[in-house]
Amino acid sequence: MVPTDLRYTNDHEWIRVADDEATIGITAYAADQLGDIVFVELPYAGRALDQSAAFGVVESVKAVSDLFAPVSGEVTASNEELARNPELVNSDPYGAGWMLKVRVADAGQLDGLLDAEAYDALIAAG
Amino acid sequence: MTDALDLPVHLTPLTDTHTALGARLIEFSGWLMPVQYGSIIDEHRTVRERVGLFDLSHMGELYVEGPDAGTALASALVSDPASLAIGRAHYSMICTPAGGIIDDLIVYRLAETRFLVVANAGNATIVSDALAERLEGFKAVLDDRSLASGLLAVQGPRAMEVLGPLTDVDLGGLRYYAAADGAVAGIPALVARTGYTGEDGFEVFVDTAQTVALWGALIEAVRGADGGPIGLGARDTLRLEAGMPLYGNELDLDTNPYEAGLGRVVKLGKPGDFVGRAALDKVAVDGPARRLVGLIVEGRGIARHGHPVWVGERRTGVVTSGTQSPTLGVPIAMAYVAPGDAEPGTVVEVEIRDARVPARVVALPFYRRDA
Repeated sequence: MVPTDLRYTNDHEWIRVADDEATIGITAYAADQLGDIVFVELPYAGRALDQSAAFGVVESVKAVSDLFAPVSGEVTASNEELARNPELVNSDPYGAGWMLKVRVADAGQLDGLLDAEAYDALIAAG
Repeated sequence: MTDALDLPVHLTPLTDTHTALGARLIEFSGWLMPVQYGSIIDEHRTVRERVGLFDLSHMGELYVEGPDAGTALASALVSDPASLAIGRAHYSMICTPAGGIIDDLIVYRLAETRFLVVANAGNATIVSDALAERLEGFKAVLDDRSLASGLLAVQGPRAMEVLGPLTDVDLGGLRYYAAADGAVAGIPALVARTGYTGEDGFEVFVDTAQTVALWGALIEAVRGADGGPIGLGARDTLRLEAGMPLYGNELDLDTNPYEAGLGRVVKLGKPGDFVGRAALDKVAVDGPARRLVGLIVEGRGIARHGHPVWVGERRTGVVTSGTQSPTLGVPIAMAYVAPGDAEPGTVVEVEIRDARVPARVVALPFYRRDA
């Protein structure tokens, strides 16, 4: 079972909301599918995010994948540690491997995301 | 239900073995092959530091035999197999009349009148057909044993200590790019000191019916030396660090050997005509229109196949392969650039998505093992 306090996208991002600030990352399943992550490209603080639009890139040894915004909002911080240690996304995807802090524009968008049970079903279906 | 659009995919005899080892299998050149068993970086380091075992059943094994086999191959390929000593091998290419590369090959002389040509999986049928055509008029016949041959590679600094106790072949006496018949774990085999990793190592050819038994003996020995199975993912990062070209990336029909930095393989001095001679003679005189170089990316980003390479506002070329180098810890790439931009030290920019990222031309290979 994936963490139950998060919401998920069909593209394997997670979002954790505390008050009006949210943290965004990719799931353990996504990190495992990508394999060894060697590069993460993230937007700087201040940039606007549009729900479902690509906001960055994660690269493994073999593959390049876009990252998609679970919600619209404004980036308040990105995880600078990932520039030095991108492998944190593999080793601790829900913790030290976080990617963005975001001020959520419309909390209503969260209701349209998957809960843990629905996301579990998604990855079980392959 | 079978999707009628699916192309037939060959299975190696080890498919179940790979699956049981937790491998992720992908279609590669018409074969279902293991891309990784765990972490590609870990597998890469295993080969650099200890030893790894590769299933290379997908490679094409083409035997050419007959009194004219050497001269026939010399007219079909850019190298001069007729000059090979028995038991020796060399790197070669088969080209079109225009000098484009159909495939890169290793040619082994097994006997006075018997040769083994090893082709890439994706080109095995094309090479087989081209060779059959080019052997016409010579007293030599082609025996395409690609599906009847198994091939496993043991690569890494501990390769000799792993393979030595299992074989009657004198591995210490086997030179780089030499091969000898013998037995490995009691299985009749051709043992060659060749590879595609930049490490010392051996490639072991057996009948496909023996592949599973050979793997069983070798994986046990490899594990005993703290090694493990290695997938195509690490094979690619290993060969890239070693500056070795991959057909489809660095080499293709629109590329000639001189552009790829492989002019030394073309034996213009050999007797007789060969397919591509006139075109390659001209390139040798005029110089290639572009050159394959190594790049180290110095900004943020990883150069990948297809990324444009710029010098100022002039597009000088394109990246053919790129990855984060597990050994060097920096992004490395190979690229074709204009001859004037090929000198080591030249600063270029790689277009990575919407950014221009600085990179420096370096001499290949990126990695060379301590001799």
